[in-house]
Amino acid sequence: MSASILGIELAYWQETLLRSLGILAVVLLPAGTFVYLFLFKMVSFMQSRLGPMEAGPFGSMQLLAEVGKFLQKEDIVPERADRKLFKLAPYLVVSTVLLVYLAVPFGPQMTFVTNFNGGIFYVLAVSSISALGVLLAGWSSANKYSLIGGLRAAGQLIAYELPMVLAVIGVVIQAGTLNMSGIVSAQANGSIFGFDGLGNPYFFTQIIGFAIFMIAVQAELGQTPFDMPIAESELVTGYITEYSGLRFLLFFIGEFASAGAFAAVAATLFLGGWAVPSAWADLDSAIFNLLGPLIMLTKMMILGGLIFFIRFTFPRFREDQLQRLAWTVLIPISLANILVTTILKVAF
Amino acid sequence: MPPKPKVPGLLKGMGVTFGEMTKTIWPGEGAKRFLQPPSPAKGAATVQYPHEKEAPPPRARGVIALKEDNCTVCMLCARSCPDWCIYIEGHKEKAPPRRPGGKERTVSALDRFDIDYALCMYCGICVEVCPFEALFWSPEFEYSEPRIADLLHDKERLGEWMETVPDFEAYEAGSAAKVKKVPR
Repeated sequence: MSASILGIELAYWQETLLRSLGILAVVLLPAGTFVYLFLFKMVSFMQSRLGPMEAGPFGSMQLLAEVGKFLQKEDIVPERADRKLFKLAPYLVVSTVLLVYLAVPFGPQMTFVTNFNGGIFYVLAVSSISALGVLLAGWSSANKYSLIGGLRAAGQLIAYELPMVLAVIGVVIQAGTLNMSGIVSAQANGSIFGFDGLGNPYFFTQIIGFAIFMIAVQAELGQTPFDMPIAESELVTGYITEYSGLRFLLFFIGEFASAGAFAAVAATLFLGGWAVPSAWADLDSAIFNLLGPLIMLTKMMILGGLIFFIRFTFPRFREDQLQRLAWTVLIPISLANILVTTILKVAF
Repeated sequence: MPPKPKVPGLLKGMGVTFGEMTKTIWPGEGAKRFLQPPSPAKGAATVQYPHEKEAPPPRARGVIALKEDNCTVCMLCARSCPDWCIYIEGHKEKAPPRRPGGKERTVSALDRFDIDYALCMYCGICVEVCPFEALFWSPEFEYSEPRIADLLHDKERLGEWMETVPDFEAYEAGSAAKVKKVPR
């Protein structure tokens, strides 16, 4: 988000203000859209009902009503809880989401940090901080359900972090860069067997990596079928059990904002990010600073829809099945994927 | 031994949820329905309750109605109620003899017959046990109150519910039991 996008020179504080507002918009808008479009409406239609209809046209203001409800509620801290950690945990979870978005490009100049060379490495590193927040919440609540939920979440996040990283490595090898803007332009300028009308979105060449990445994202987000940490039929709501009011809302925002963040990362890595194939348009023109975020949002919606589609279709994994899937299926496949990608990269 | 991948089954499951979604958004049959504007209000299996209402089935256990004339203050219902939510008070009255020159009769009059619907668990034992056909099920269900004390229905209010009691449905053919009539 460079100051000269619109040809207006901004003072440093103005630019910082714009960036702060920008990241709030970028975090909250997709999260809100996900909740309304998928959590409220899509699942309702899948269950032959209408979902919220009263607040606003077709219930579109329902989310605001929910936020208002949570803000009114009392913020309860259990007596035996570790007060400081208990209060810190939700902020830790939400702030990781904000940090993930920093490295994601939304246009030729629409990035929060321009030319971030270790971009995807930074994203993967930062996204795993949320495991700490979840573990803190589980530990500090002084509640057995919370503790079991937190430990399950930590085990699951660690187990699925690995296939996710390994799936990304395939993309990085093919693009030859860790820079997310570089990965976008590599896809836009690429070609499939000499045909460059579509660019080379890694969705095609890294389809196995894409599948593993999306499964790992599902597990990282704790969405069904990987919702063992908050399994409500056995653990109340796992590590969120003791939270109420604003802090519960923060966990809620964190869950769906990180769904948006991972959808954005997946869209950048596998669907070409903000860009269209470079055969279609000149990607360096300033108009893509406005079109780019829209294209990105469309791709995020498709991937987010997939995440919630899977969430509302499949029942929950058992804890041992969940770990077995990660360690004995996903990791070997992703290692083989890296091997094949490397061989093909060297051969061609 | 890692579990075998069950990909076809997973895809079939996703097909089911996706199919249900399109069936709700575009109700009807065949591919032509996708040309029509989406109308989930028709496709949904539910109704938007306060705006549109579904008639409850005739045998629904909504509220218990009292036919006061039939009640003999025998207390069977109050004693069989698991929640003790029926309150009955009555007294004996002298009534004129049936035949001239006969003995004066004693009849029971009902002073109070209350059902506390805040306690009632709708088991229907009182309706079953009543030997004089004074209690009936009515399918009406919209009698919630902002004050919990108002859920105590007295005998006038219970009598008003009598108008909403539907006629008993005919038994299936060949049934030996005679269909009872609701006293009107």
